[in-house]
Amino acid sequence: MATEAHGAEEGGLVFHPMDQFIIKPLFGGDEIGLFTITNATLWMALTVLAIVGLLVFGSSRRAIVPSRGQSVAELAYGFVYKMVEDVTGKDGVKYFPYIMTLFMFIVMANFLGLIPMSFTTTSHFAVTVVLALLVFLTVTILGFVKNGTGFLGLFWVSSAPLPLRPILAIIELISYFVRPVSHSIRLAGNVMAGHAVIKVFAGFAAIAVISPVSVVAITAMYGLEVLVAFIQAYVFTILTCVYLKDALHPHH
Amino acid sequence: MEGQLAHIGAGLAAIGSGAAAIGVGNVAGNFLAGALRNPSAAASQTATLFIGIAFAEALGIFSFLVALLLMFAV
Amino acid sequence: MATDTHAATGHEAEAAHGAAEAAASAPGMPQLDFSNWGNQIFWLLITLVVIYFVLSRIALPRIAAVLAERQGTITNDIAAAEDLKRQAVEAEEAYNKALVDARAEAQAIIAQNKAEMQAELDAALAKADTEIAAKAAESEKAIAEIRASAVESVEAVAKEAAQEIVAALGGKADAAAVADAVTNRIKG
Repeated sequence: MATEAHGAEEGGLVFHPMDQFIIKPLFGGDEIGLFTITNATLWMALTVLAIVGLLVFGSSRRAIVPSRGQSVAELAYGFVYKMVEDVTGKDGVKYFPYIMTLFMFIVMANFLGLIPMSFTTTSHFAVTVVLALLVFLTVTILGFVKNGTGFLGLFWVSSAPLPLRPILAIIELISYFVRPVSHSIRLAGNVMAGHAVIKVFAGFAAIAVISPVSVVAITAMYGLEVLVAFIQAYVFTILTCVYLKDALHPHH
Repeated sequence: MEGQLAHIGAGLAAIGSGAAAIGVGNVAGNFLAGALRNPSAAASQTATLFIGIAFAEALGIFSFLVALLLMFAV
Repeated sequence: MATDTHAATGHEAEAAHGAAEAAASAPGMPQLDFSNWGNQIFWLLITLVVIYFVLSRIALPRIAAVLAERQGTITNDIAAAEDLKRQAVEAEEAYNKALVDARAEAQAIIAQNKAEMQAELDAALAKADTEIAAKAAESEKAIAEIRASAVESVEAVAKEAAQEIVAALGGKADAAAVADAVTNRIKG
């Protein structure tokens, strides 16, 4: 998950829980330009490969009775498809590839990030903010394109008493613009927190007396992180669906 | 001195994680109570459950973020 | 945080503990090092575009096709299975019907046979009865004849014996009178 080098050199109880998130150029040099191949790039590429491997090569045999890989691919497809259909309704289904892209990227990046010594791309705000902003902009633009100014009805709660409505409108407006913030920070924060906690426990392993406890704690946290990796992808996706539903049907 | 104060602040901010834990526990517990009363309706509400947990948890993550900022960025 | 060599060589003493560490490593959280955001965002967008095209052009239509095909196959198979089941039920009904028919026929044949046998038996019994009756009548007749002849013989013998006895006693036997007396005796 990170470089262990200087913790060992310094010796003693030193925590570097955030070192695992450092972005380094892969092929020498210190400068990170726009096109530099970094470890983040590598793990994004591996994420793409994993997705292609699962969804394209897994389903390449088109078997009626699916193999293991094909079952997983179909399971992922069915899972996201059902989520989109349930939350956004029939007219949201045409945005399914977009949502599937988000889901597969996040879930694969999260799981690949759990491989020891790997790099977790989704732990970086740069990544999650872009993901969340993409959703936010898509949803906002889509809302105005589909409903015109009727999309503003999302902020005008017609079921509330009239004097309350302006106040509610302000609250709704704020909560609407906080969406991308919480959307992105939730994902990156969860992933980062889990990895940092594992790293802290790993730091305790330097003390011989505590190390068995530490190993057990790391194992337990790792199990929790596997769960979190999936649940955060699920939550990100389902919130995307919810926002999309708001854009398609602003009048609840 | 300032750095040490920041560390104390980080510890205080971490209390927020506990508050988020209470919130998540509330959501899950109430869901379970409702689901046991009416198990047939439970399956259709799991998405709502996760959304609720996500919202409750996000605030805890914010406090965690504040702690991290105090630890490493101040 | 700083690069490994930097931390290891330069600030070993202060970097070991406490707040000095945070000062030694430039931005504490790599996530907040905005200098590499451009790079990450650039590669992320490329990643997303690649995934999107791979999914929407190749993977998703293929999986959808496979799922639809499987659904079709399953529907067909279920229909075929229903058909077979219906045929099986029909066959069973036919079998049961045949069984019932056969049983009824067997019953009828048995009844017929029984009736025939009964009739034959009755006829045989009747014939036997008549024969027996005829025989019995014959026998009775024979017995009656025998008895009649026996009685006649006894009368004759008795008359003769009486005449002889009378003669022996010295009387002059009137044959006719003796015969009458014997006959009366026998009758009376």
